Amino acid sequence: MERYLDDRTYKIPSGCGVVGIMNTKGNLFSGDSIIVSICNMLERGNGLGSGFAGYGIYPEYKDFYCFHIMYEKESVINTVEEYIQKNFKVVYKEPIPSKFVKSLKFIPILFRYFLKPREEMVIIKSIDEKEDVENDFVVNNVMFINKNINSAFVFSSGKNMGIFKGVGNPDEIAEFFKINEYKGYIWTAHNRFPTNSVAWWGGAHPFGILDWSVIHNGEISSYGINRRYLENFSYYCTLSTDTEVIAYLFDLLVRKHKLSYEYASRILSSPFWSQIERENFNKKDFYTKLRIIYGPALLNGPFAVIVANTKVMMGLNDRTKLRPLVAGQKNDMLYIASEESAIRCISKDLDKIWMPGAGNPVIGRLKD
Amino acid sequence: MAKAKIRSEFKIRRDLEKCIQCQACVRMCTNDVHYLDTESNTIMSFNNRCVGCHFCEDICPTNAITIERDTPEIKLNYHWESKSVYNIIKQSETGGVLLSGMGSDKQYKEYFDHIVLNASQVTNPSIDPLREPMELKTFIGRKPDKFIINEEIPPQLILETPIMFSAMSYGSISLNAQKSLARAATKYGTYWNTGEGGLHNDLKPYVNNAIVQVASGRFGVDIEYLKSAAAIEIKIGQGAKPGIGGHLPGEKVDEEVSKTRRIPSGTDALSPAPHHDIYSIEDLKQLIYALKEVTRYKKPVGVKIAAVNNVAPIASGIVRAGADFVVIDGIRGGTGAAPTVIRDNVGIPIELAIAVVDQRLREEGIRQHASLIAAGGFRSSSDIIKAIALGADAVYIGTAALISLGCHLCQKCYTGKCNWGIATQDPCLTKRLNPFVGEKRAYNLLRAWSLEIKEMLGGMGINAIESLRGNREQLRGIGLSEIELKLLGIKHAGESW
Repeated sequence: MERYLDDRTYKIPSGCGVVGIMNTKGNLFSGDSIIVSICNMLERGNGLGSGFAGYGIYPEYKDFYCFHIMYEKESVINTVEEYIQKNFKVVYKEPIPSKFVKSLKFIPILFRYFLKPREEMVIIKSIDEKEDVENDFVVNNVMFINKNINSAFVFSSGKNMGIFKGVGNPDEIAEFFKINEYKGYIWTAHNRFPTNSVAWWGGAHPFGILDWSVIHNGEISSYGINRRYLENFSYYCTLSTDTEVIAYLFDLLVRKHKLSYEYASRILSSPFWSQIERENFNKKDFYTKLRIIYGPALLNGPFAVIVANTKVMMGLNDRTKLRPLVAGQKNDMLYIASEESAIRCISKDLDKIWMPGAGNPVIGRLKD
Repeated sequence: MAKAKIRSEFKIRRDLEKCIQCQACVRMCTNDVHYLDTESNTIMSFNNRCVGCHFCEDICPTNAITIERDTPEIKLNYHWESKSVYNIIKQSETGGVLLSGMGSDKQYKEYFDHIVLNASQVTNPSIDPLREPMELKTFIGRKPDKFIINEEIPPQLILETPIMFSAMSYGSISLNAQKSLARAATKYGTYWNTGEGGLHNDLKPYVNNAIVQVASGRFGVDIEYLKSAAAIEIKIGQGAKPGIGGHLPGEKVDEEVSKTRRIPSGTDALSPAPHHDIYSIEDLKQLIYALKEVTRYKKPVGVKIAAVNNVAPIASGIVRAGADFVVIDGIRGGTGAAPTVIRDNVGIPIELAIAVVDQRLREEGIRQHASLIAAGGFRSSSDIIKAIALGADAVYIGTAALISLGCHLCQKCYTGKCNWGIATQDPCLTKRLNPFVGEKRAYNLLRAWSLEIKEMLGGMGINAIESLRGNREQLRGIGLSEIELKLLGIKHAGESW
């Protein structure tokens, strides 16, 4: 397979369309609506990358990590599977179901694996830390494969969720992966307008690590320092996309540092000093501390991002709102999208629709 | 035997049609260059005495004086250039070590001039700092790795702009010069540094913005000095003279200097080359913690070193020894007096030093534990922004600050005859520097450079300085070799992200 400019080595600025739909009660719904919604924003992409993330789509394997892996060469499959066998118990493995779509090119070999870390590989002191240690173990393994094994790429690694993406228009990618046949309680989708030609499926959004998925419209000017800051905490960016940086920052702040989503959003899209000055003493002290400690994690430059994991879907804008983001609500359904039309086309009769302010997160939480 | 004379470096051109014989130049020049020739009733000059400080030129009411560089007449020789020849002549006359002031003036590669900055186009809107917020606020001090509710964070210096005034002691510069800088720093919301000359009583109103130095001579160090300041800096080395101590001759130690330095007047103030209680890193740790104990852990304690070959591991050791900030002073760093041979040949450029130190601390996962301050010859706001993008939290400016007060880089600071009233203690000269005017000029410099930094940040689509700090993606090298690019951690111009 021939590749020209490869965004594993080049960071590619891109404009995009994003949309996320969540049922906060956890009721499952098919991927149909997200397809309609993202296809309403074809204008925001150029057919060079689209993708979907669904949560709750693998109920029968919900306790196992599901790796979606793309292989560009058949020869590398054995190497990767041997590596996986060494570290994980493979509960189930199959090619990712797909349909022939004539217009799609450069299609890699796609497999999914339902995995359980081998007991002997995960050493824990107490049962409380089991999940944390297992998660760290999975992160390390994903990073190892992506960094060290050429032509293989793990693009989804969470539990009861999956990312599907590739080079093509969203309708083509949805058809290829048969997105309408899955049912989930959170769906996110992305339509990409990269500014160069890419033939690599891994470059499309969503980007994910563990059960995090990130879709993103924008360009992070602070990428250089965000990436180096993450290296401090042993996150190594292998893809050179700013989206990857956002995913790792969320993992660091929320999972590792145990900060709330609100706090994390105040770090990534921090209020200005002039706003902080106007707060009362406690808040002022708090925001000041966050900025002192997490200055290098500030995401600077225009962005609208939708982040999801198994419990939460969140939309966030940059600190001056340089990219569009609209949120809507109807009963238990939460919608976040680049354009109002993308929400209206699937839910005409909304209870509420609003434009979240710069740096103000829209957070949808799964009710128990 | 006939002795070779030192050729004059400058020649004074006087336009006799303009000269009104007011004799201001005659009275003002401390080097006695100008004199009135009573026979011809014209003002004449001894060119060989001129140091090139341009003071007479600037004060001449009719602009009759022009100082020009004199061309050496010895046979053109690329190996034996005239400077070397004249230095040998000087040394064969005196048998002594040649002294210099300011920083190295040798033609080393200026890395800043081989680095260019990025700007936003299309995919990312640039920001107009006149219309939108642009934040330069900077914190110097140890940062915790993560936020923990109800846990206080270590003491921080808060800077409104990432530019501070470098350490220049009372003794090496005049009280009026220090006052100018102290006032300007206080007014702008940044910091000035006492150097190792103690804290004069007149400067006590500005202690909240003062960083006090503890150097090998321990001059002026007492409990009040340590407790009054905003931060403490242990000076191990200086970019202009790495590995060398200091010497303030007894003639300069007048009553005021004596009081401030806590030494008898008229005695030489000798700073040893090393601290005699620090022969290794564990000793430094003891001093850092002694100072922290004394100030009840309420003030950042930092360490200043010169940029030398091993600067990265040394800085790492300093951070691990508990320093809240590390100052790295490059080969261009200035001084009031240093042996020329040391000033010109010892140390490494600040660009490389800051890049390798920042990278090393990140690799070790301890970059958050200390702030990094770069020093050594920053000429413009672009030098500063490049240093910050390479990894510095803030910079110290010394020479540039003095230029704002009038300095013309004649490099004769060690003579005590500074016509501009900066590097001298002679009351007739120091009164030429009005601290209120000096304050204004130094403040203007801070303001102008801060505005320029905001413009450049806005162009990159960045609205907070912390998003540029260490963000080397915003830099590109021009005409640099692969090893240079690797050390600086930047890509070559033409390479995309």
